[in-house]
Amino acid sequence: MNESKFSKEYLEETGVVQICPEDMTRLGLTAGDLVCIRSEQRSIEIPCVAAKEKELPSGLLFMAYGDWSSRLMGSDTHGTGMPNSKGTDVYLSKVCAIKKD
Amino acid sequence: MQNELKVVSNATCTFCGCVCDDIELTVEGNHITKAKNACVLGKAWFLNHEAGEGPIARIRGKEATVEEAVEEAARILVDAKFPIIYGLSDTTCEAQRVTVAIADWVGASIDTTTSVCHGPSGMAFQGVGEITCSLGEVRNRADLVIFWGSNPAESHPRHWGRYSTMPKGLFVPNGRKDRTVVLVDVRRTKSAPAADIFLQIKPRKDFEVLWMLRALVKGLTINEADLIDTGVTLEQLQNLVDRMKACKFGVLFFGMGLSMTRGKHLNVEAALALARDLNAFTRFYANPMRGHGNVTGADNVVSWQTGYPFGVNLGRGYPRFNPGEFTTTDTLARKEADAAMIIASDPMGNFSQAAREHLASIPYIALDTKETSTTRAAAVAFTTATYGINVPGTVYRMDDVPIPLRPAFESPYPSDEKILRALEKKVLHLLQAKLQASN
Repeated sequence: MNESKFSKEYLEETGVVQICPEDMTRLGLTAGDLVCIRSEQRSIEIPCVAAKEKELPSGLLFMAYGDWSSRLMGSDTHGTGMPNSKGTDVYLSKVCAIKKD
Repeated sequence: MQNELKVVSNATCTFCGCVCDDIELTVEGNHITKAKNACVLGKAWFLNHEAGEGPIARIRGKEATVEEAVEEAARILVDAKFPIIYGLSDTTCEAQRVTVAIADWVGASIDTTTSVCHGPSGMAFQGVGEITCSLGEVRNRADLVIFWGSNPAESHPRHWGRYSTMPKGLFVPNGRKDRTVVLVDVRRTKSAPAADIFLQIKPRKDFEVLWMLRALVKGLTINEADLIDTGVTLEQLQNLVDRMKACKFGVLFFGMGLSMTRGKHLNVEAALALARDLNAFTRFYANPMRGHGNVTGADNVVSWQTGYPFGVNLGRGYPRFNPGEFTTTDTLARKEADAAMIIASDPMGNFSQAAREHLASIPYIALDTKETSTTRAAAVAFTTATYGINVPGTVYRMDDVPIPLRPAFESPYPSDEKILRALEKKVLHLLQAKLQASN
């Protein structure tokens, strides 16, 4: 982040969704597959990876705070100045598998 | 001279809110080659620092002189009916102070990145009171340390080693062995293995669990059924309550897991109320884990200048505070602001889509050390020097302790403060001309 918000590392870190390994298996997903995440506000398409074993319970997704996660936020701050930025309800579906060499 | 070797002792890292001021920098010319004592984040902050490229000033993407850019920036602010100023968490207190003065002159809303991190905590402090202590007290006294909705192993790596869990203190001479460390989070983060107790609660159940803890501290009866869907058991909570009441000095560090989740200020109010209640039995405190290097300074400077920490409107000539009305996400998403100045932050990269779209549609000024989505779309953009590495000044640690900066080398770019002082001067000049014209 301190080097550049356009660096490969930053874009990769913030441009991926982590899913618990059990959910990856249940949904037939492999690392790098594009998934569609739809919040009350809008939807995004983003690659997924498996979270570290036991880090996430089933049904919980994790995205590092950044451009992509913020696209799912609404702008209503409920009188606080802070939009709901964590604990947001979303729907996830598989988009397509990336072709592997 | 370019490759002169020097060592800067007690340099201050401004990457995160820990603001560690015991860093020893080895500087060769315009590069920092060693950063002794720095954590992994601090090392990346110092060792990967590049002075940056490109012009100091740009007007609508084209290179301009600083004087031209300052003049255009002043014109944008003075001509606006509802200017807003936002950011400030990664610059010095000296620059923050000048910014508040500019906001006052042009009748702007002034807001900091606090409004989208611990702003709800600021509201909770006003509602409950802040039950606080310094990190020095934690280091020397705390025997029970709770982290709630925070992941210090990845976000504040030296917090544990320098202040809260590992160091040997006056009343905890055996360091980690004398402490119990508890982590409460929805995710089993990298901090979990280092804690003695990990409570994995369900998302958006922070308030309920904190309120149940308050009830147990008060001696009220709670049934297992009351905890349904929280992710924790009565036995776990009773165990925690027993530890909290029995400790000699307890502290609850809360992160944005509380302030960014539904409930927001109510979640934090519950944490503060719990700490307050526990003082009937022992010494107990609750402190926020602050992110950016001087976000705490922004709260302090805006508070002592206007009386309020963030979301302050100066449009009527006196300060009015109202989160939700004068905070930046709201003034942008509701399309109220007609000009903006963004300092050391990137709302085009992390605001809601509605807020971003409106910001892109109005003229705004951006000051930053690096190119961001925000500087790219700015009407006037300034590249500035990095505080702490190139610029001296004052920052506040997350526990409200002011710390001086000891820079490593000079930057070819000016400081935020220098640009802002020139801007204030030009704003005054234009306001005087406007007044004379109206007479």
